[in-house]
Amino acid sequence: MSPRRVPAETDAVGRCERPLRITVDGETVEGVDGQSVAGVLLAAGRLAWRRGPSGAARGVFCGIGVCFDCLVTVNAERDVRACRRPARDGDAVTTQSRTAPGTLPR
Amino acid sequence: MTRRHVAVIGAGPAGLAAAEAALGAGARVTLIDSEEQPGGQYHRMLPEPYAATHPERLQHGWNAFDRRRRRVLAHPRCAWWPRTAVWALERPDPGTPGPPRVHLLRGPADGGGRSRHVLEPGALVLAVGAHDRVLPFPGWELPGVFTAGAAQALAKGERVVVGDRVVVAGTGPFLLPVAGSLLEAGSRVLEVLEANPAATVARGWLRRPWELPAQAAKLPELVEYAADLAGHRVPYRTGRTVIEARGADQVEEVVIARLRADWSVVPGSERTVPVDALCVTHGFSPRLELAVAAGCALRAVSSGEFVAVDRDQRTSCPGVYAAGEITGIAGAQAARAEGALAGWVAGGGDSRLPALLALRRSRDQGRAFARRLARAHPIGGQWPGWLRPRTVICRCEETDYDALRRAATGQAGADPRVIRLRTRAGLGPCQARVCGPTVAELTERLSGEAAGRQVQGLPAASPHRRPIAQPIRLGELAAPPERIPNSDTEEWS
Repeated sequence: MSPRRVPAETDAVGRCERPLRITVDGETVEGVDGQSVAGVLLAAGRLAWRRGPSGAARGVFCGIGVCFDCLVTVNAERDVRACRRPARDGDAVTTQSRTAPGTLPR
Repeated sequence: MTRRHVAVIGAGPAGLAAAEAALGAGARVTLIDSEEQPGGQYHRMLPEPYAATHPERLQHGWNAFDRRRRRVLAHPRCAWWPRTAVWALERPDPGTPGPPRVHLLRGPADGGGRSRHVLEPGALVLAVGAHDRVLPFPGWELPGVFTAGAAQALAKGERVVVGDRVVVAGTGPFLLPVAGSLLEAGSRVLEVLEANPAATVARGWLRRPWELPAQAAKLPELVEYAADLAGHRVPYRTGRTVIEARGADQVEEVVIARLRADWSVVPGSERTVPVDALCVTHGFSPRLELAVAAGCALRAVSSGEFVAVDRDQRTSCPGVYAAGEITGIAGAQAARAEGALAGWVAGGGDSRLPALLALRRSRDQGRAFARRLARAHPIGGQWPGWLRPRTVICRCEETDYDALRRAATGQAGADPRVIRLRTRAGLGPCQARVCGPTVAELTERLSGEAAGRQVQGLPAASPHRRPIAQPIRLGELAAPPERIPNSDTEEWS
Protein backbone atom coordinates (compact mmCIF):
# COMPACT_ATOMS: atom_id res chain seq x y z
CA MET A 1 0.00 0.00 0.00
CA SER A 2 0.94 3.62 -0.14
CA PRO A 3 0.70 6.68 2.09
CA ARG A 4 -2.78 7.54 3.35
CA ARG A 5 -4.67 9.71 5.77
CA VAL A 6 -5.84 8.25 9.08
CA PRO A 7 -9.64 7.84 8.63
CA ALA A 8 -11.40 10.66 10.50
CA GLU A 9 -13.98 8.34 12.03
CA THR A 10 -11.35 6.23 13.80
CA ASP A 11 -8.88 9.06 14.51
CA ALA A 12 -8.10 9.34 18.22
CA VAL A 13 -7.76 13.12 17.98
CA GLY A 14 -11.46 13.50 17.06
CA ARG A 15 -11.36 15.69 14.00
CA CYS A 16 -13.64 16.68 11.18
CA GLU A 17 -12.91 16.73 7.47
CA ARG A 18 -13.84 19.50 5.09
CA PRO A 19 -13.08 18.14 1.64
CA LEU A 20 -11.23 20.21 -0.93
CA ARG A 21 -10.19 19.58 -4.50
CA ILE A 22 -7.05 20.54 -6.30
CA THR A 23 -5.86 19.58 -9.75
CA VAL A 24 -2.47 18.04 -10.44
CA ASP A 25 -1.41 18.32 -14.07
CA GLY A 26 -5.11 18.72 -14.85
CA GLU A 27 -6.26 15.67 -12.91
CA THR A 28 -8.55 16.21 -9.89
CA VAL A 29 -7.15 15.13 -6.52
CA GLU A 30 -9.20 15.23 -3.33
CA GLY A 31 -7.86 16.27 0.03
CA VAL A 32 -9.10 17.89 3.21
CA ASP A 33 -8.85 21.47 4.38
CA GLY A 34 -5.74 22.06 6.48
CA GLN A 35 -3.48 19.69 4.55
CA SER A 36 -0.35 20.80 2.78
CA VAL A 37 -0.14 20.27 -0.97
CA ALA A 38 2.35 17.47 -0.22
CA GLY A 39 -0.07 15.92 2.28
CA VAL A 40 -2.88 15.95 -0.28
CA LEU A 41 -0.65 14.33 -2.92
CA LEU A 42 0.70 11.69 -0.53
CA ALA A 43 -2.73 10.81 0.88
CA ALA A 44 -3.99 10.44 -2.69
CA GLY A 45 -1.35 7.77 -3.18
CA ARG A 46 1.22 9.82 -5.06
CA LEU A 47 4.70 9.26 -3.72
CA ALA A 48 6.62 11.20 -6.39
CA TRP A 49 5.87 14.19 -8.56
CA ARG A 50 9.12 15.84 -9.47
CA ARG A 51 12.07 14.72 -11.60
CA GLY A 52 15.69 15.42 -10.76
CA PRO A 53 18.45 16.29 -13.25
CA SER A 54 18.83 12.65 -14.33
CA GLY A 55 15.08 12.16 -14.69
CA ALA A 56 14.85 10.27 -11.38
CA ALA A 57 11.53 10.59 -9.54
CA ARG A 58 11.34 12.67 -6.35
CA GLY A 59 8.70 13.44 -3.76
CA VAL A 60 8.77 14.39 -0.07
CA PHE A 61 12.02 13.78 1.77
CA CYS A 62 12.41 16.14 4.75
CA GLY A 63 8.78 17.21 5.09
CA ILE A 64 9.69 20.51 6.79
CA GLY A 65 10.90 22.78 4.00
CA VAL A 66 14.62 22.04 4.13
CA CYS A 67 15.41 19.78 1.16
CA PHE A 68 13.39 21.39 -1.68
CA ASP A 69 12.79 17.93 -3.18
CA CYS A 70 9.00 18.39 -3.28
CA LEU A 71 8.88 21.59 -5.38
CA VAL A 72 5.75 22.11 -7.49
CA THR A 73 4.13 24.90 -9.46
CA VAL A 74 0.98 26.23 -7.74
CA ASN A 75 -1.34 28.45 -9.76
CA ALA A 76 1.47 29.30 -12.20
CA GLU A 77 3.97 30.11 -9.41
CA ARG A 78 7.03 27.90 -9.79
CA ASP A 79 9.22 26.37 -7.08
CA VAL A 80 6.72 26.18 -4.24
CA ARG A 81 7.62 23.73 -1.48
CA ALA A 82 4.64 21.38 -1.45
CA CYS A 83 5.30 20.38 2.18
CA ARG A 84 5.07 23.99 3.34
CA ARG A 85 2.17 25.28 1.26
CA PRO A 86 -1.34 24.74 2.62
CA ALA A 87 -3.62 23.41 -0.12
CA ARG A 88 -6.51 25.68 -1.07
CA ASP A 89 -9.66 24.48 -2.78
CA GLY A 90 -9.21 24.92 -6.52
CA ASP A 91 -5.40 25.16 -6.51
CA ALA A 92 -3.96 24.16 -9.88
CA VAL A 93 -0.75 22.25 -9.20
CA THR A 94 1.68 21.39 -11.99
CA THR A 95 4.60 19.10 -11.52
CA GLN A 96 8.16 20.23 -12.24
CA SER A 97 11.30 18.68 -13.61
CA ARG A 98 14.96 19.64 -13.48
CA THR A 99 15.76 17.09 -16.16
CA ALA A 100 17.74 18.49 -19.06
CA PRO A 101 15.99 18.07 -22.41
CA GLY A 102 17.13 14.90 -24.13
CA THR A 103 18.00 13.07 -20.90
CA LEU A 104 16.80 9.48 -20.90
CA PRO A 105 14.71 8.89 -17.78
CA ARG A 106 16.44 6.33 -15.60
CA MET B 1 8.17 54.75 29.27
CA THR B 2 9.76 53.20 26.24
CA ARG B 3 9.81 49.47 26.00
CA ARG B 4 12.42 47.36 24.36
CA HIS B 5 11.26 45.58 21.22
CA VAL B 6 12.39 41.95 21.09
CA ALA B 7 12.05 39.97 17.86
CA VAL B 8 11.93 36.21 18.43
CA ILE B 9 12.50 34.03 15.37
CA GLY B 10 10.96 30.57 15.78
CA ALA B 11 7.93 29.65 17.91
CA GLY B 12 8.96 26.18 19.03
CA PRO B 13 9.67 25.33 22.69
CA ALA B 14 12.64 27.74 22.87
CA GLY B 15 11.05 30.64 20.98
CA LEU B 16 7.75 30.47 22.80
CA ALA B 17 9.52 30.44 26.18
CA ALA B 18 11.68 33.37 25.03
CA ALA B 19 8.62 35.36 24.00
CA GLU B 20 6.91 34.68 27.32
CA ALA B 21 9.97 35.69 29.35
CA ALA B 22 10.60 38.83 27.31
CA LEU B 23 6.97 39.85 27.83
CA GLY B 24 7.46 39.14 31.55
CA ALA B 25 10.47 41.44 31.56
CA GLY B 26 8.27 44.20 30.17
CA ALA B 27 9.33 44.17 26.53
CA ARG B 28 7.27 44.31 23.36
CA VAL B 29 7.64 41.11 21.38
CA THR B 30 7.27 40.19 17.74
CA LEU B 31 7.12 36.39 17.51
CA ILE B 32 7.91 35.12 14.03
CA ASP B 33 7.44 31.63 12.59
CA SER B 34 7.25 30.23 9.09
CA GLU B 35 4.43 27.86 10.04
CA GLU B 36 0.74 28.61 10.42
CA GLN B 37 0.79 27.75 14.11
CA PRO B 38 3.31 27.85 16.94
CA GLY B 39 4.87 24.72 18.41
CA GLY B 40 7.82 23.99 16.16
CA GLN B 41 8.61 20.39 15.36
CA TYR B 42 8.25 19.17 18.95
CA HIS B 43 4.76 20.59 19.55
CA ARG B 44 3.64 20.46 15.93
CA MET B 45 -0.08 21.26 16.03
CA LEU B 46 -2.88 19.86 13.90
CA PRO B 47 -4.23 22.28 11.30
CA GLU B 48 -6.99 24.53 12.60
CA PRO B 49 -9.56 23.29 10.03
CA TYR B 50 -9.18 19.76 11.49
CA ALA B 51 -10.95 21.10 14.62
CA ALA B 52 -9.45 18.30 16.70
CA THR B 53 -11.19 17.71 20.02
CA HIS B 54 -8.32 15.69 21.55
CA PRO B 55 -5.03 17.14 20.27
CA GLU B 56 -3.41 16.19 23.58
CA ARG B 57 -3.50 12.53 22.58
CA LEU B 58 -0.64 13.08 20.14
CA GLN B 59 1.67 15.11 22.34
CA HIS B 60 3.71 14.92 25.48
CA GLY B 61 3.32 18.00 27.62
CA TRP B 62 0.42 19.31 25.53
CA ASN B 63 -1.39 21.07 28.37
CA ALA B 64 1.59 23.13 29.48
CA PHE B 65 2.36 24.01 25.87
CA ASP B 66 -1.26 24.93 25.15
CA ARG B 67 -1.45 27.25 28.17
CA ARG B 68 1.81 28.97 27.26
CA ARG B 69 0.81 29.32 23.63
CA ARG B 70 -2.48 30.99 24.56
CA ARG B 71 -0.85 33.27 27.12
CA VAL B 72 1.81 34.47 24.72
CA LEU B 73 -0.32 34.88 21.61
CA ALA B 74 -3.08 36.74 23.46
CA HIS B 75 -0.67 39.08 25.27
CA PRO B 76 -1.34 42.74 24.42
CA ARG B 77 2.38 43.42 23.93
CA CYS B 78 2.91 40.41 21.65
CA ALA B 79 2.57 40.57 17.87
CA TRP B 80 2.27 37.04 16.47
CA TRP B 81 3.47 36.73 12.89
CA PRO B 82 2.83 33.25 11.51
CA ARG B 83 3.51 32.29 7.84
CA THR B 84 6.47 34.63 7.94
CA ALA B 85 9.82 33.86 6.34
CA VAL B 86 13.02 35.58 7.44
CA TRP B 87 14.83 35.93 4.14
CA ALA B 88 17.77 38.04 5.30
CA LEU B 89 19.44 39.58 8.33
CA GLU B 90 21.20 42.83 7.61
CA ARG B 91 24.04 43.73 9.93
CA PRO B 92 24.18 47.31 11.13
CA ASP B 93 26.90 49.55 9.76
CA PRO B 94 30.22 49.17 11.54
CA GLY B 95 30.23 51.28 14.65
CA THR B 96 26.43 51.32 14.90
CA PRO B 97 25.33 49.30 17.91
CA GLY B 98 22.46 46.89 17.93
CA PRO B 99 21.29 43.65 16.37
CA PRO B 100 20.77 43.19 12.64
CA ARG B 101 17.68 44.34 10.79
CA VAL B 102 15.25 41.51 10.10
CA HIS B 103 13.91 41.22 6.56
CA LEU B 104 10.60 39.39 6.40
CA LEU B 105 8.07 38.07 3.93
CA ARG B 106 4.54 37.48 5.18
CA GLY B 107 2.14 35.19 3.32
CA PRO B 108 1.74 31.63 2.02
CA ALA B 109 5.00 29.68 1.74
CA ASP B 110 6.99 30.53 -1.40
CA GLY B 111 4.07 32.57 -2.72
CA GLY B 112 4.69 35.51 -5.00
CA GLY B 113 2.31 37.97 -3.37
CA ARG B 114 3.83 38.10 0.08
CA SER B 115 4.30 41.43 1.79
CA ARG B 116 7.78 42.63 2.69
CA HIS B 117 8.62 44.04 6.11
CA VAL B 118 11.78 45.17 7.84
CA LEU B 119 12.05 45.03 11.63
CA GLU B 120 14.61 47.00 13.57
CA PRO B 121 14.36 45.32 16.96
CA GLY B 122 16.22 46.31 20.11
CA ALA B 123 17.16 42.68 20.63
CA LEU B 124 16.91 39.52 18.57
CA VAL B 125 16.39 35.96 19.83
CA LEU B 126 17.23 33.20 17.35
CA ALA B 127 15.31 30.01 18.15
CA VAL B 128 15.12 28.40 14.74
CA GLY B 129 15.76 24.77 15.71
CA ALA B 130 17.25 21.92 13.75
CA HIS B 131 16.39 19.38 11.09
CA ASP B 132 17.27 15.72 10.60
CA ARG B 133 20.75 14.87 9.49
CA VAL B 134 20.67 11.90 7.12
CA LEU B 135 23.82 10.17 5.90
CA PRO B 136 23.70 9.11 2.26
CA PHE B 137 23.43 5.44 1.26
CA PRO B 138 22.65 3.81 -2.09
CA GLY B 139 19.01 4.49 -3.00
CA TRP B 140 18.32 7.15 -0.36
CA GLU B 141 17.01 9.46 -3.09
CA LEU B 142 14.16 7.08 -3.98
CA PRO B 143 10.61 8.26 -3.30
CA GLY B 144 9.37 6.48 -0.18
CA VAL B 145 12.59 7.19 1.69
CA PHE B 146 11.79 9.91 4.23
CA THR B 147 13.63 11.61 7.01
CA ALA B 148 12.29 10.47 10.36
CA GLY B 149 11.21 14.05 10.97
CA ALA B 150 9.11 14.05 7.79
CA ALA B 151 7.29 10.89 8.86
CA GLN B 152 6.58 12.41 12.24
CA ALA B 153 5.54 15.81 10.91
CA LEU B 154 3.09 14.19 8.49
CA ALA B 155 1.63 11.85 11.12
CA LYS B 156 1.42 14.42 13.92
CA GLY B 157 0.69 17.48 11.81
CA GLU B 158 -1.59 16.16 9.08
CA ARG B 159 -2.55 12.62 10.13
CA VAL B 160 -0.90 11.22 7.00
CA VAL B 161 1.10 8.00 7.35
CA VAL B 162 3.93 7.48 4.91
CA GLY B 163 3.42 3.75 4.39
CA ASP B 164 2.18 0.44 5.71
CA ARG B 165 5.36 -1.60 5.91
CA VAL B 166 7.89 0.76 7.37
CA VAL B 167 11.44 0.39 8.64
CA VAL B 168 12.82 3.12 10.92
CA ALA B 169 16.63 3.31 10.93
CA GLY B 170 19.54 5.50 11.98
CA THR B 171 20.70 6.44 15.42
CA GLY B 172 19.44 8.29 18.47
CA PRO B 173 16.45 8.35 20.79
CA PHE B 174 14.36 10.13 18.13
CA LEU B 175 13.86 6.74 16.41
CA LEU B 176 11.47 5.79 19.22
CA PRO B 177 8.91 8.63 19.05
CA VAL B 178 8.93 8.42 15.25
CA ALA B 179 8.12 4.71 15.38
CA GLY B 180 5.52 5.57 18.04
CA SER B 181 3.86 8.16 15.79
CA LEU B 182 3.72 5.68 12.90
CA LEU B 183 2.22 2.95 15.10
CA GLU B 184 -0.34 5.36 16.56
CA ALA B 185 -1.40 6.34 13.05
CA GLY B 186 -1.85 2.70 12.05
CA SER B 187 1.34 1.86 10.13
CA ARG B 188 3.05 -1.48 10.48
CA VAL B 189 6.56 -0.75 11.75
CA LEU B 190 8.60 -3.81 10.79
CA GLU B 191 11.69 -2.96 12.81
CA VAL B 192 13.50 -0.09 14.46
CA LEU B 193 17.25 -0.18 13.79
CA GLU B 194 19.77 1.64 15.99
CA ALA B 195 23.09 1.63 14.16
CA ASN B 196 25.21 1.73 17.30
CA PRO B 197 25.79 -1.58 19.04
CA ALA B 198 24.10 -2.17 22.40
CA ALA B 199 27.43 -1.74 24.21
CA THR B 200 27.93 1.81 22.88
CA VAL B 201 24.34 2.79 23.64
CA ALA B 202 24.48 1.33 27.15
CA ARG B 203 27.88 2.87 27.93
CA GLY B 204 26.62 6.29 26.90
CA TRP B 205 23.31 6.12 28.69
CA LEU B 206 24.63 4.55 31.88
CA ARG B 207 27.70 6.72 32.35
CA ARG B 208 27.47 8.46 35.75
CA PRO B 209 24.02 6.99 36.28
CA TRP B 210 23.35 9.01 39.43
CA GLU B 211 23.17 12.14 37.29
CA LEU B 212 20.63 10.69 34.92
CA PRO B 213 17.36 11.29 36.80
CA ALA B 214 18.02 15.02 37.16
CA GLN B 215 18.99 15.40 33.50
CA ALA B 216 16.36 13.36 31.86
CA ALA B 217 12.84 14.60 32.18
CA LYS B 218 12.61 12.78 28.87
CA LEU B 219 13.36 9.40 30.38
CA PRO B 220 9.78 8.41 31.28
CA GLU B 221 8.74 9.51 27.79
CA LEU B 222 11.34 7.25 26.19
CA VAL B 223 10.43 4.35 28.46
CA GLU B 224 6.84 4.82 27.35
CA TYR B 225 7.84 4.69 23.68
CA ALA B 226 9.94 1.58 24.29
CA ALA B 227 6.97 -0.08 26.02
CA ASP B 228 4.80 0.93 23.07
CA LEU B 229 7.19 -0.78 20.64
CA ALA B 230 7.22 -3.89 22.81
CA GLY B 231 3.42 -3.84 23.01
CA HIS B 232 3.21 -3.78 19.23
CA ARG B 233 5.92 -6.46 19.05
CA VAL B 234 8.16 -4.20 17.01
CA PRO B 235 11.76 -5.36 17.31
CA TYR B 236 14.31 -2.69 18.35
CA ARG B 237 17.64 -3.95 17.03
CA THR B 238 20.99 -2.40 17.81
CA GLY B 239 24.16 -2.62 15.71
CA ARG B 240 22.14 -2.77 12.49
CA THR B 241 21.17 -0.35 9.80
CA VAL B 242 19.81 0.02 6.30
CA ILE B 243 22.77 0.14 3.90
CA GLU B 244 20.72 0.30 0.70
CA ALA B 245 17.21 1.11 -0.54
CA ARG B 246 16.11 -0.49 -3.77
CA GLY B 247 13.20 -0.05 -6.14
CA ALA B 248 12.28 1.01 -9.66
CA ASP B 249 10.56 4.37 -9.19
CA GLN B 250 10.04 4.10 -5.43
CA VAL B 251 11.45 2.12 -2.53
CA GLU B 252 10.41 -1.54 -2.66
CA GLU B 253 12.96 -3.20 -0.41
CA VAL B 254 15.78 -2.31 1.92
CA VAL B 255 19.04 -4.11 2.63
CA ILE B 256 19.76 -4.38 6.36
CA ALA B 257 23.23 -5.27 7.63
CA ARG B 258 24.98 -5.68 10.96
CA LEU B 259 27.48 -3.00 11.88
CA ARG B 260 30.56 -3.05 14.06
CA ALA B 261 31.07 -0.34 16.67
CA ASP B 262 32.81 1.87 14.05
CA TRP B 263 29.85 1.32 11.66
CA SER B 264 31.82 -0.87 9.28
CA VAL B 265 29.49 -3.41 7.69
CA VAL B 266 29.87 -7.02 8.85
CA PRO B 267 30.35 -8.92 5.55
CA GLY B 268 27.72 -11.54 4.87
CA SER B 269 25.24 -10.10 7.38
CA GLU B 270 23.02 -8.49 4.74
CA ARG B 271 19.34 -9.40 4.49
CA THR B 272 16.57 -7.94 2.36
CA VAL B 273 13.21 -6.74 3.69
CA PRO B 274 10.28 -5.64 1.49
CA VAL B 275 8.96 -2.21 2.57
CA ASP B 276 6.85 0.61 1.16
CA ALA B 277 8.55 3.29 3.22
CA LEU B 278 11.82 3.85 5.03
CA CYS B 279 12.39 6.56 7.67
CA VAL B 280 15.95 7.58 8.47
CA THR B 281 17.71 9.91 10.90
CA HIS B 282 21.34 10.16 12.03
CA GLY B 283 20.89 13.04 14.45
CA PHE B 284 20.12 16.70 13.89
CA SER B 285 21.69 19.60 12.00
CA PRO B 286 21.14 23.00 13.63
CA ARG B 287 19.78 25.68 11.28
CA LEU B 288 22.72 28.03 11.38
CA GLU B 289 22.22 30.33 8.41
CA LEU B 290 20.60 33.19 10.34
CA ALA B 291 23.17 33.04 13.13
CA VAL B 292 25.96 33.09 10.54
CA ALA B 293 24.28 35.96 8.72
CA ALA B 294 24.08 37.91 11.98
CA GLY B 295 27.78 37.32 12.53
CA CYS B 296 27.49 35.02 15.58
CA ALA B 297 30.55 32.96 16.45
CA LEU B 298 30.11 29.19 16.22
CA ARG B 299 31.68 26.50 18.38
CA ALA B 300 32.70 23.09 17.07
CA VAL B 301 32.05 19.90 19.04
CA SER B 302 32.34 16.25 18.00
CA SER B 303 28.77 16.22 16.69
CA GLY B 304 29.09 19.38 14.62
CA GLU B 305 28.96 23.19 14.85
CA PHE B 306 26.59 25.16 17.06
CA VAL B 307 26.06 28.80 18.00
CA ALA B 308 28.34 29.81 20.88
CA VAL B 309 26.49 31.46 23.79
CA ASP B 310 27.42 32.77 27.25
CA ARG B 311 25.67 31.90 30.51
CA ASP B 312 22.75 34.18 29.60
CA GLN B 313 22.41 32.90 26.00
CA ARG B 314 24.12 35.96 24.50
CA THR B 315 25.90 35.26 21.24
CA SER B 316 29.10 37.00 20.21
CA CYS B 317 26.97 39.49 18.28
CA PRO B 318 25.65 42.44 20.36
CA GLY B 319 21.91 42.27 20.96
CA VAL B 320 21.56 38.78 19.48
CA TYR B 321 20.63 35.80 21.67
CA ALA B 322 20.34 32.13 20.72
CA ALA B 323 18.25 29.39 22.31
CA GLY B 324 17.28 25.78 21.66
CA GLU B 325 18.77 23.29 19.24
CA ILE B 326 21.00 25.81 17.45
CA THR B 327 23.15 25.96 20.60
CA GLY B 328 23.25 22.15 21.03
CA ILE B 329 20.86 19.22 20.56
CA ALA B 330 19.52 18.91 24.08
CA GLY B 331 15.76 18.40 23.73
CA ALA B 332 12.67 20.43 24.52
CA GLN B 333 13.24 20.85 28.25
CA ALA B 334 16.64 22.48 27.80
CA ALA B 335 15.29 24.50 24.88
CA ARG B 336 12.55 25.95 27.07
CA ALA B 337 15.06 26.87 29.78
CA GLU B 338 17.41 28.49 27.25
CA GLY B 339 14.52 30.33 25.64
CA ALA B 340 13.29 31.68 28.97
CA LEU B 341 16.79 32.90 29.88
CA ALA B 342 17.38 34.44 26.47
CA GLY B 343 13.99 36.14 26.40
CA TRP B 344 14.30 37.52 29.91
CA VAL B 345 17.73 39.04 29.36
CA ALA B 346 16.90 40.18 25.81
CA GLY B 347 13.79 41.87 27.18
CA GLY B 348 15.86 43.88 29.63
CA GLY B 349 15.26 41.70 32.71
CA ASP B 350 17.81 41.61 35.51
CA SER B 351 20.22 38.73 34.91
CA ARG B 352 21.00 38.55 38.64
CA LEU B 353 17.44 37.50 39.46
CA PRO B 354 17.62 34.47 41.79
CA ALA B 355 14.92 32.66 39.81
CA LEU B 356 17.31 32.45 36.88
CA LEU B 357 19.50 30.05 38.86
CA ALA B 358 16.90 27.31 38.45
CA LEU B 359 16.64 28.02 34.73
CA ARG B 360 20.41 27.86 34.30
CA ARG B 361 20.49 24.61 36.26
CA SER B 362 17.77 23.12 34.09
CA ARG B 363 19.63 24.25 30.98
CA ASP B 364 22.93 22.82 32.19
CA GLN B 365 21.28 19.49 33.02
CA GLY B 366 19.83 19.47 29.52
CA ARG B 367 23.27 20.10 28.07
CA ALA B 368 24.79 17.31 30.16
CA PHE B 369 22.04 15.08 28.83
CA ALA B 370 22.94 16.18 25.29
CA ARG B 371 26.55 15.12 25.87
CA ARG B 372 25.30 11.78 27.18
CA LEU B 373 23.21 11.29 24.04
CA ALA B 374 26.12 12.23 21.77
CA ARG B 375 28.21 9.56 23.50
CA ALA B 376 25.47 6.92 23.33
CA HIS B 377 24.54 7.61 19.69
CA PRO B 378 27.66 8.75 17.81
CA ILE B 379 28.06 8.46 14.05
CA GLY B 380 30.58 5.70 13.44
CA GLY B 381 33.67 6.71 11.47
CA GLN B 382 33.40 3.88 8.93
CA TRP B 383 29.95 4.77 7.57
CA PRO B 384 31.32 5.75 4.11
CA GLY B 385 32.03 2.01 3.67
CA TRP B 386 28.47 1.52 2.46
CA LEU B 387 28.82 4.16 -0.28
CA ARG B 388 29.32 3.05 -3.89
CA PRO B 389 30.77 5.08 -6.76
CA ARG B 390 27.26 5.84 -8.08
CA THR B 391 25.70 6.69 -4.70
CA VAL B 392 24.09 10.14 -4.80
CA ILE B 393 25.69 12.49 -2.24
CA CYS B 394 24.05 15.81 -3.20
CA ARG B 395 20.38 15.08 -3.78
CA CYS B 396 19.67 18.33 -5.64
CA GLU B 397 22.45 18.06 -8.22
CA GLU B 398 22.74 14.25 -8.09
CA THR B 399 26.48 14.53 -7.54
CA ASP B 400 27.69 11.00 -6.87
CA TYR B 401 30.44 9.70 -4.60
CA ASP B 402 32.77 9.04 -7.51
CA ALA B 403 32.53 12.63 -8.78
CA LEU B 404 33.23 13.93 -5.28
CA ARG B 405 36.18 11.55 -4.89
CA ARG B 406 37.68 12.63 -8.20
CA ALA B 407 37.29 16.31 -7.35
CA ALA B 408 38.66 15.96 -3.82
CA THR B 409 41.73 14.01 -4.90
CA GLY B 410 42.31 16.01 -8.08
CA GLN B 411 45.08 18.51 -8.72
CA ALA B 412 42.91 21.53 -8.01
CA GLY B 413 42.96 20.48 -4.37
CA ALA B 414 40.23 20.17 -1.82
CA ASP B 415 39.16 23.77 -1.42
CA PRO B 416 35.41 23.64 -0.71
CA ARG B 417 34.68 26.30 -3.33
CA VAL B 418 36.57 24.40 -6.01
CA ILE B 419 34.82 21.15 -5.06
CA ARG B 420 31.46 22.89 -5.17
CA LEU B 421 32.05 24.39 -8.60
CA ARG B 422 33.54 21.22 -10.05
CA THR B 423 30.87 18.83 -8.75
CA ARG B 424 27.96 21.23 -8.15
CA ALA B 425 27.47 19.47 -4.79
CA GLY B 426 25.62 21.90 -2.54
CA LEU B 427 24.67 24.34 -5.29
CA GLY B 428 21.11 23.08 -5.87
CA PRO B 429 17.84 24.42 -4.50
CA CYS B 430 18.48 23.28 -0.90
CA GLN B 431 21.75 25.23 -0.83
CA ALA B 432 23.69 22.44 0.93
CA ARG B 433 21.27 22.21 3.85
CA VAL B 434 21.07 18.44 3.37
CA CYS B 435 24.49 17.46 1.97
CA GLY B 436 26.68 20.25 3.41
CA PRO B 437 28.06 18.47 6.49
CA THR B 438 28.45 15.22 4.52
CA VAL B 439 30.32 16.84 1.62
CA ALA B 440 32.62 18.63 4.08
CA GLU B 441 33.34 15.37 5.95
CA LEU B 442 33.90 13.28 2.82
CA THR B 443 36.08 15.94 1.19
CA GLU B 444 38.25 16.10 4.25
CA ARG B 445 38.65 12.32 4.37
CA LEU B 446 39.26 11.90 0.66
CA SER B 447 41.78 14.71 0.34
CA GLY B 448 43.38 14.41 3.73
CA GLU B 449 42.99 18.17 4.15
CA ALA B 450 40.79 20.03 6.57
CA ALA B 451 37.80 21.48 4.73
CA GLY B 452 37.01 25.13 5.19
CA ARG B 453 40.62 26.30 5.22
CA GLN B 454 41.18 29.92 4.44
CA VAL B 455 41.72 31.03 0.86
CA GLN B 456 43.61 34.29 0.58
CA GLY B 457 41.31 37.24 0.14
CA LEU B 458 38.14 35.27 0.79
CA PRO B 459 36.29 34.54 4.03
CA ALA B 460 36.46 30.89 5.16
CA ALA B 461 33.97 28.83 3.17
CA SER B 462 31.06 27.83 5.36
CA PRO B 463 28.29 25.43 4.37
CA HIS B 464 25.97 27.65 6.46
CA ARG B 465 26.59 30.89 4.57
CA ARG B 466 23.33 31.74 2.79
CA PRO B 467 22.94 35.51 2.40
CA ILE B 468 19.45 34.88 1.04
CA ALA B 469 18.19 32.65 3.84
CA GLN B 470 14.87 31.80 2.20
CA PRO B 471 13.75 32.06 -1.43
CA ILE B 472 12.33 35.45 -2.41
CA ARG B 473 10.76 36.24 -5.77
CA LEU B 474 12.05 39.13 -7.85
CA GLY B 475 8.66 40.85 -7.76
CA GLU B 476 8.70 40.71 -3.97
CA LEU B 477 12.21 42.04 -3.84
CA ALA B 478 11.27 44.94 -6.11
CA ALA B 479 8.33 46.00 -3.92
CA PRO B 480 9.19 48.56 -1.23
CA PRO B 481 9.10 47.04 2.25
CA GLU B 482 7.14 48.33 5.21
CA ARG B 483 9.71 49.53 7.75
CA ILE B 484 8.98 48.97 11.40
CA PRO B 485 11.59 50.94 13.27
CA ASN B 486 12.47 50.27 16.84
CA SER B 487 10.53 52.66 19.00
CA ASP B 488 12.73 52.18 22.02
CA THR B 489 15.69 54.36 22.76
CA GLU B 490 17.06 52.24 25.55
CA GLU B 491 20.57 50.92 25.40
CA TRP B 492 20.53 47.24 24.59
CA SER B 493 23.09 45.33 26.65
